Amino acid sequence: MSYNFKETMNKPERLAPGHRMCAGCGGTIAVRNVLRGLHEGDKAVIGNATGCLEVSTFTYPYTAWEDSYIHNAFENAGATLSGVEGAYKALRKKGKLNDTYKFITFGGDGGTYDIGFQSLSGAMERNHDLVYVCYDNGAYMNTGIQRSSATPMYADTTTTPVGSESNGKPQNRKDLAAIIAAHDVPYVAQTTFVQNFKDLHIKSEKAIYTPGAAFLNIMAPCPRGWRYNTPDIMEICKLGVETCYWPLFEVVEGKWILNYEPKKKLPVEDFLRPQGRFKHLFKKGNEYLLEEFQKEVDRRWEELKFRCSRA
Amino acid sequence: MAKRDRLSGNEAVAIALRQINPDVFPAFPITPSTEIPQYFASFVANGQVDTEFIPVESEHSSMSAAVGASAAGARSFTATSSCGLAYMWEELYIAASNRLPLVLALVNRALSGPININCDHSDSMGARDAGWIQMYAENNQEAYDNMVQAYRISEHKDVRIPIMICQDGFITSHAVENIELLEDQDVKDFVGEYHPETYLLNPDCPAAVGPYSITDYYMEAKRNQAEGMKHVSQVVLDVAKEFEGISGRAYGLFEEYCMADAEMAVVMIGSAAGTTKDAIDRLREKGIKAGLIKIRLYRPFPASEIAEALKTVKAVAIMDRAEGYTNHGGPLGADVMSALYRAHADALAVNYIYGLGGRDIRVEDMEGVFEALKQIIEEGDAGETYRYLGLRE
Amino acid sequence: MATDITRLGVKANWRDLTEGMIIAGAGTSKDFNTGEWSTDKPEFIEEKCKQCLLCVPVCPDSCIPVKDMKRGAFDYDHCKGCGICVKACPFGAITMEGVK
Repeated sequence: MSYNFKETMNKPERLAPGHRMCAGCGGTIAVRNVLRGLHEGDKAVIGNATGCLEVSTFTYPYTAWEDSYIHNAFENAGATLSGVEGAYKALRKKGKLNDTYKFITFGGDGGTYDIGFQSLSGAMERNHDLVYVCYDNGAYMNTGIQRSSATPMYADTTTTPVGSESNGKPQNRKDLAAIIAAHDVPYVAQTTFVQNFKDLHIKSEKAIYTPGAAFLNIMAPCPRGWRYNTPDIMEICKLGVETCYWPLFEVVEGKWILNYEPKKKLPVEDFLRPQGRFKHLFKKGNEYLLEEFQKEVDRRWEELKFRCSRA
Repeated sequence: MAKRDRLSGNEAVAIALRQINPDVFPAFPITPSTEIPQYFASFVANGQVDTEFIPVESEHSSMSAAVGASAAGARSFTATSSCGLAYMWEELYIAASNRLPLVLALVNRALSGPININCDHSDSMGARDAGWIQMYAENNQEAYDNMVQAYRISEHKDVRIPIMICQDGFITSHAVENIELLEDQDVKDFVGEYHPETYLLNPDCPAAVGPYSITDYYMEAKRNQAEGMKHVSQVVLDVAKEFEGISGRAYGLFEEYCMADAEMAVVMIGSAAGTTKDAIDRLREKGIKAGLIKIRLYRPFPASEIAEALKTVKAVAIMDRAEGYTNHGGPLGADVMSALYRAHADALAVNYIYGLGGRDIRVEDMEGVFEALKQIIEEGDAGETYRYLGLRE
Repeated sequence: MATDITRLGVKANWRDLTEGMIIAGAGTSKDFNTGEWSTDKPEFIEEKCKQCLLCVPVCPDSCIPVKDMKRGAFDYDHCKGCGICVKACPFGAITMEGVK
């Protein structure tokens, strides 16, 4: 699949303005650019787990979606779209529908890694022809920045606050992309906002047009929860990739492919430093925490490279 | 031409579904409703239906997928029991508030704990305020007939509310009885095609379902939802009349058995009504004027109609197959007593909790209830109104 | 038939709400002006713009319209003034108070 940047930008907008996400939100940047993966003329039904995106993009009677849209509940975006896709198959089979529809559902990391995990797992295992997109900002931002199983180690959240006896979240984040890949679905990919969205666009298009279940994990920074300077989102994403904290990879029919390897892997502290949620790691005496964090990034990066080396 | 057969309640419901051929059926197994998706899966496997059968990973997902499918414009169905219904709780409210016409076959079973697989009504009684239509059956024939009528009620343009077609676990679902089935084509013609108005897969106009509602709208939304419920009783009666035309079997909001001159009556739901009818037959032979009201439509509750039917009754026993933990009785007891109060009825009323977790109810037990009513009439005092039947003391 | 949302203001009575709170149609949020949220807005200096369109995908609010491969003026009815586009522009064609 080729990528013509200007032609891609020239496509009709499928997320209307007037939604109520925060200024500078990474979530809607992810949504807009995923939806550009849809071919013009193809219709879509968009699903959505409860979260910031849902309460802000369909606040009655204002829907920001230019396609059909369904929000059901927090933990069932996978099952809900399974039903919609089942309806599509049934209506096509019975000759009641001729148009081509694609099915894409969005969930934050809370709705995806945690409470919606079973529903997602079921939808993936049954291999419905749909795409589940997780816009991963590493915490329950809608309810006020509580930790999720996607929250990185040591992050300061409202349920893992830094204190005299606490360095933030004690556990590492769950590797959800690998878990979904273990479902043996046709397509899994991880991406974020880099390379003028080439990586994200190509992966979205592949995910949408690969028959069967597909999963996209997109790092989508949250300026409130991460406490960085709002206009710096693109720089934050770039550092996530250049430090190998957020590697770009895909798993196609079970084959792991590394999409980008930095020429010079930057230390993870370059990614952490601009973020207020990691401020405590840069206090004197906490150098060992940064070392621990770096060790975990290195371990995961080596593991990923090993997986991708087995052609 | 009707066909006579011998079937269990689950098999009868599954056959009705084969005749209806719904678009989408997400399913998850739970005793005692499991047979419904099992039978149906074999219809799918043998090409007797062209339904999308989705074997999901939980009841929460079966109702979530049914909501998705229904919102998408498909005729949707699922089945469950007990804890499965409890696990769907959140989705029941969402299906109803989205005004999605879909059908749930509920095979009533006790809720945990302790875990128990046998019949009582604690599952559906807990869901009575979820905004669903609830319809109950005494036997497999009624379960089948209610299933055939379900979509006509739920999809009616003045209603558009999901419907729960309930039958008693094992007693009705697994016991094999004589039944009269309708011809496939008669059912298809009766149920008709589904034509939704606003739905996700409408190529001419997209739709957005499931908004966030700020306080300015929420209360108005709930009142708007309640309006649909107000039309249900009339639609149930209209559909029943039409159904009688093809089946010869008459249905109302509830069945009155020997009520014309009854001095004492029992109000109950489900299979124990058959036992109660036997008790009434025995008592009538002795000249005792006993009667029964067997509720078919429980939500919405036909309050004024029931009060009217009880107008001349001196004492009534309301039978709840579920605890309410109110210290003064169960949910049906509360509904009937408030109906009597609003109608300024004179009847003395008591409320029995019975049959929990499959506890057997015998003809003699029901004779005992009428004996108690007789005593209440004689004494002119209801005494303790919150009673248990069939409990080891 | 698309829903006429002008009838669904916060003073609408219960009969006027759409059945099941379902909206027929799409993109009705355009009628909600989030531009009022902030006074700081990016400024587009057209002479400096090379029409590279790098600012287009980074906007969380779809406020940089593109037509015939060229970007147009900012949609100030909806722009929340986050400043991301300022940083995305390699040619200094977008400026905003407080964003370097």
